Amino acid sequence: MSQTDLPDPARPKEQITTDPSRASERLRAGGLTLTIGPWVIAAVLLAILPSIFTSNAALTIMNQMWITVVFALAYNMLLGQGGMLSFGHAVYAGVGGFACMHIMNASDFFASFPLPVLPIFGGLFGMGLALIVGSFSTRNAGTVFAMISLGVGELIAACSVIIVAFFGGEEGISGDRTYAMPFFGNEFLQQIDVYYLTSFWVLVSAVLMYLWSRTPVGRMANAVRDNPERAEFLGYSARWVRFFSFVASGFFAGIAGGLFAINYEILTEENLNTASSGVILLVTFLGGVGLFFRPIIGAIVFTLVQTVLSLQTELWAFYAGTLFVATVMFFPGGLAGLMMMHVPVFKLGKARLLILPYLKTLLPAAIGTLALCALVEMTFHVRHAASGDHEMTLFWTTFDSHTALPWIVAIAIAVVGLGIARMTAPALRDAWNEANTAGGAA
Amino acid sequence: MELILVNIIDGLVTGLLLFMLSAGLTLIFSMMGVLNFAHASFYMLGAYFAYQISLALGFWMGLLIAPLVVGVMGAGVERYGLRRVHQYGHVPELIFTFGLALLIEELVQFIWGKNQMPYDIPEVLNFTAFSIAGNSIPAYKIFMIFISVAIFIGLLYILTRTRVGMIIQAALSYPRTVEALGHNVPLIFMGVFGVGTALAGVAGVIAGPVLGTFPGMAFVLGSIVFVTIVIGGLGSLWGALVASLLIGWITTFAKSYNLAMSDILNGIGIVTPSDLEGNIFRDIWSVTSPQIADILPYILMVLILIFRPQGLFGKRHS
Repeated sequence: MSQTDLPDPARPKEQITTDPSRASERLRAGGLTLTIGPWVIAAVLLAILPSIFTSNAALTIMNQMWITVVFALAYNMLLGQGGMLSFGHAVYAGVGGFACMHIMNASDFFASFPLPVLPIFGGLFGMGLALIVGSFSTRNAGTVFAMISLGVGELIAACSVIIVAFFGGEEGISGDRTYAMPFFGNEFLQQIDVYYLTSFWVLVSAVLMYLWSRTPVGRMANAVRDNPERAEFLGYSARWVRFFSFVASGFFAGIAGGLFAINYEILTEENLNTASSGVILLVTFLGGVGLFFRPIIGAIVFTLVQTVLSLQTELWAFYAGTLFVATVMFFPGGLAGLMMMHVPVFKLGKARLLILPYLKTLLPAAIGTLALCALVEMTFHVRHAASGDHEMTLFWTTFDSHTALPWIVAIAIAVVGLGIARMTAPALRDAWNEANTAGGAA
Repeated sequence: MELILVNIIDGLVTGLLLFMLSAGLTLIFSMMGVLNFAHASFYMLGAYFAYQISLALGFWMGLLIAPLVVGVMGAGVERYGLRRVHQYGHVPELIFTFGLALLIEELVQFIWGKNQMPYDIPEVLNFTAFSIAGNSIPAYKIFMIFISVAIFIGLLYILTRTRVGMIIQAALSYPRTVEALGHNVPLIFMGVFGVGTALAGVAGVIAGPVLGTFPGMAFVLGSIVFVTIVIGGLGSLWGALVASLLIGWITTFAKSYNLAMSDILNGIGIVTPSDLEGNIFRDIWSVTSPQIADILPYILMVLILIFRPQGLFGKRHS
């Protein structure tokens, strides 16, 4: 890898001056310009996805996914852009959602405006709470902030059983979205209508959050994250910069909560507790913090893992946890960071060099890992299945988990697969270095 | 009066138990500057290991072996996990331990299932030590108090009176200098992490039979332990002790005396509204102290962080 750090005659040096007539450089200057391309692609994708995946289950998964995207992006405003680690961010989404449920239940008021406006109220309530909490929690970043967020999170989650009037106690609060004023004749009875509502809000919030990260205060959030002392010497109050980020993040988290309320029409204590806060941290980090779009990938991957894998196995949380810890340990840039690592290779036009080594290493590694998962599943089956139930189905094969043969097969595949991966890894590393070096035979 | 005495003993047990966890956690924090979110998970592992060992060898071997196993695991986590993540900075470290806590909980569910384990008080200690005005105090509580006090004294002795303790203290403040003097600082870090987690393991072994050995036990105690060391002041051993006892007594007393919020509000001159049912603040009026006992530590922490961010005994400003 060290070769890439050397000065490279083939690539021009990074330009220092900015030329405002070019869109990419206006961005560097912090202008509020939007490169239209990716957003149009995103909008088209959002619009045509329901025609590809038509089933109701797919729509539900996609709705869940987009809500998680909004929430993860809001969370990343804190963690990625502002460097503030929060262990209680579910609270802002939750309170926004609860507020929306109450508005849904206040029938006179609710009937006076169309449903698509509702998430704004969720956002406002999330923002209101963030204003209160942020007024004292943003004095420090780092551990103190993390601890306050944890404390406040636990506090409000615990309040949900005590303050029954607002949080509805154990059973939560439910409502009916169809009582809203019809929106161009649409009462949002069908899942598909809700899908388009959610998609609209995802796009709008993502654009707004992106623009926010381009405003001076959004840029200063990065500066305060990296070096608060220096930012203070430049005349910016680190505290106020953090406060603004926090409040904006609370607003968008509230929007996510409002969308949740519209989708599921019920909110409970589960939307507030530390587990949900942990999930959103996991999602954001899995995708990768830092760059704006990375958490989107995390949200999509995690929701798929959660919904698809949980149908297949009871142990999905175990796999998700393993994936998470492995990501933190080996790829601190997250999944998106892993993808971004390949950009220089493509720019050098040497991606072809990597295909074969990747196949040689990753394919056996994947097979070996699947065999490990099979071992885990078999152990779980032997320990926890009802007594006398010896049959289990794994990878489309049904066998008796109490006989030796499947164990031997799984262990053999795992050892061979991971062994081959280990043997071919040095070759992959060489190929990687070669592909990242400019010049030479491509 | 008698009830106060009983509550003092109960609160002492809770407080000392908390202290066994927070002592290790605060030591680890002052050394590495990272809050170990998985600390309570090691407490849980201690309880489960002790249960498994007690099935074969009895309670006392469990008390001896389980903390050792937990300590070795903790040292392994530091050596192969945390040290690797350390290069990325503090936030990834915090996230790593958070992920580890999730993973250990899943692992425990995977191996032992979701139900509570039948891990019981040993026969030898299953009797009433003495009784105060009809309230019997089980011998096991006295045993817990003795174990925790012994550990605290031992820890204090090692840290302040022995050569090893001196080196550890020096490594806390000036790791580079200590390293230049020829001590293996990474090894010291690993050792402290191991001992800290082993202490959590001991707490798990002796708390498992009373508080229950189930997959949620780490979560129940875990966040309270953070609250404790934040209130006491991050990195301060005395602060951890004082805050642990404080929290132990506050929660115990709040649970046993049924104070109603309406009485307090009436006491300071606010009259109960006549139509309480229709009032949006009706839940605040009907709150009682046992209801909020478990969230009192969080309220205390938020207040401390607002008014004295370094904690009761903390010196360093993180």
